[in-house]
Amino acid sequence: MNKIMMKGTEAIGEAAIRAGCRLYFGYPITPQSELTEYMARRLPQVEGTFLQAESEVAAVNMIYGASSVGKRVMTSTSSPGFSLMQEGVSYIACAQLPSVFVNVVRGGPGLGDIQPSQGDYFQATKGGGHGDYKLLVLSPSTVQEAADLTGVAFELADKYRNPVLIFADGLLGQMMEPVSFSDKKVSYDNSSWALIGAKNRPARQVTSFNIDPYGLEKMNLELQKKYKLMEENEIRYETTLTEDADILIVAHGTMGRIAKSVVEMARKDGLKVGLFRPITLYPFPYEALRKSAADVSLVLTVEMSSGQMLEDVRLAIAERTRVEFYGRMAGVVPMPLEIYEVLKQKIGRRS
Amino acid sequence: MTHSIIISGFGGQGVMLMGRVLCQAGMTEGKHVTWLPSYGPEMRGGTANCTVIISDEPVASPVVDSPEEVVVMNIPSLLKFEPIVRRNGYLFINSSVVDREPKRQDIKTIKVPANEIADQLGNLRVANMVMLGAFVFTTKCVNIESLIDAMKYKLKGKDSSIIELNVEAIKQGLRHVGG
Repeated sequence: MNKIMMKGTEAIGEAAIRAGCRLYFGYPITPQSELTEYMARRLPQVEGTFLQAESEVAAVNMIYGASSVGKRVMTSTSSPGFSLMQEGVSYIACAQLPSVFVNVVRGGPGLGDIQPSQGDYFQATKGGGHGDYKLLVLSPSTVQEAADLTGVAFELADKYRNPVLIFADGLLGQMMEPVSFSDKKVSYDNSSWALIGAKNRPARQVTSFNIDPYGLEKMNLELQKKYKLMEENEIRYETTLTEDADILIVAHGTMGRIAKSVVEMARKDGLKVGLFRPITLYPFPYEALRKSAADVSLVLTVEMSSGQMLEDVRLAIAERTRVEFYGRMAGVVPMPLEIYEVLKQKIGRRS
Repeated sequence: MTHSIIISGFGGQGVMLMGRVLCQAGMTEGKHVTWLPSYGPEMRGGTANCTVIISDEPVASPVVDSPEEVVVMNIPSLLKFEPIVRRNGYLFINSSVVDREPKRQDIKTIKVPANEIADQLGNLRVANMVMLGAFVFTTKCVNIESLIDAMKYKLKGKDSSIIELNVEAIKQGLRHVGG
């Protein structure tokens, strides 16, 4: 397969088109505007529709409409924009509609800045909008993985009739790497539930509303059943040199690959350090992490946040092993040497 | 073998393109490459830089604390990046623009009057390719042939005289450092 150099944002766009996405609604925001631009350029070439909405609130409701007719549809945004979308995301989750969202996370809170961050982890994995719902959340760490997981995102969205979120960050969005795309012919069929005309059959209803609490509870229970299935079937993670590790670093996305360099440095110095990289942030790989950490004396979680995934790491590991944390906020990217120095300090500080 | 590189200069000097051409060349040689631009609010005349990794192994971190090879095309870049060049690493200075000496003795400094050479070729804009020729000949991070092919790929659709000028710029750059 031929490889070409592409930005993470552009690779996600191309992979979406290869996955059969022909509809994109969005509103530009740094550091992901290249994805919006890419879709504006590419979708007309494949007889798709690109539409720049007047706001993120409008864009998410266009997604709501387009997904209810069963078409593969996507939007992309960055942190403040994704906050604006939350009401619509909650509606879409309740109405059980497949759709793909991309959040190229930047420094926050508030208007924040435009540098890479992972500070939207809670928003991504614990709901984000109102009510009891979950997104399937995928966290790529390379441009190739971003492209591959975009294809996966559309499949999972259809499989579970659930919104899927690709959780990237400004660094992955802006960087270029060689990437290749699958030429596999894509077909999907949502005709069993989509609103495609009710001639000769009873009308269907897509709704995120039930005034009767017992009726709404039934809808909720259906959602919960679905989330349980996701937890059973869709967990993804990657481990590096964990078999003999005495120390385990846990990091996802861009931090996951930066941490891999820390593992390389530590191994050169004879320190048995391994890496656990969650790829699905929801469902979180609790059990796999627990196993990987079973024989280590120290777990170091590294994030571009104040410690959000840290809570899931602690849930997984409970009191069995010492869990330490290092993170930078506001768009500051922790560098490999910086993390390695912290790691050595933590090793020295035996509790 | 891994080359970690930072290329820095004024916006408009073509430093981003230098990094992209290097990556393109590395990729065609079957190497693993990453290109990471600095991005953010920057005033006109401010500095831009990119981090490039070219490696025989899959690239883990695309950011680097202490690059082995740094190219500075202007004075602000020298001030910012000279301190972080790895010991025994290379510092390439565009001496047409940077009229001062580096302070460090524990790194190898290569001066290339890239603007003057480009000017003699009749177009100041190819100063970046002059520097790239000198850089690649010295560091051997990719082959000169792949570099020229990658430059041609990046300038696809441009006038053949422009492409020839850029080829000549690369050759003048490597000649300056003894190639």
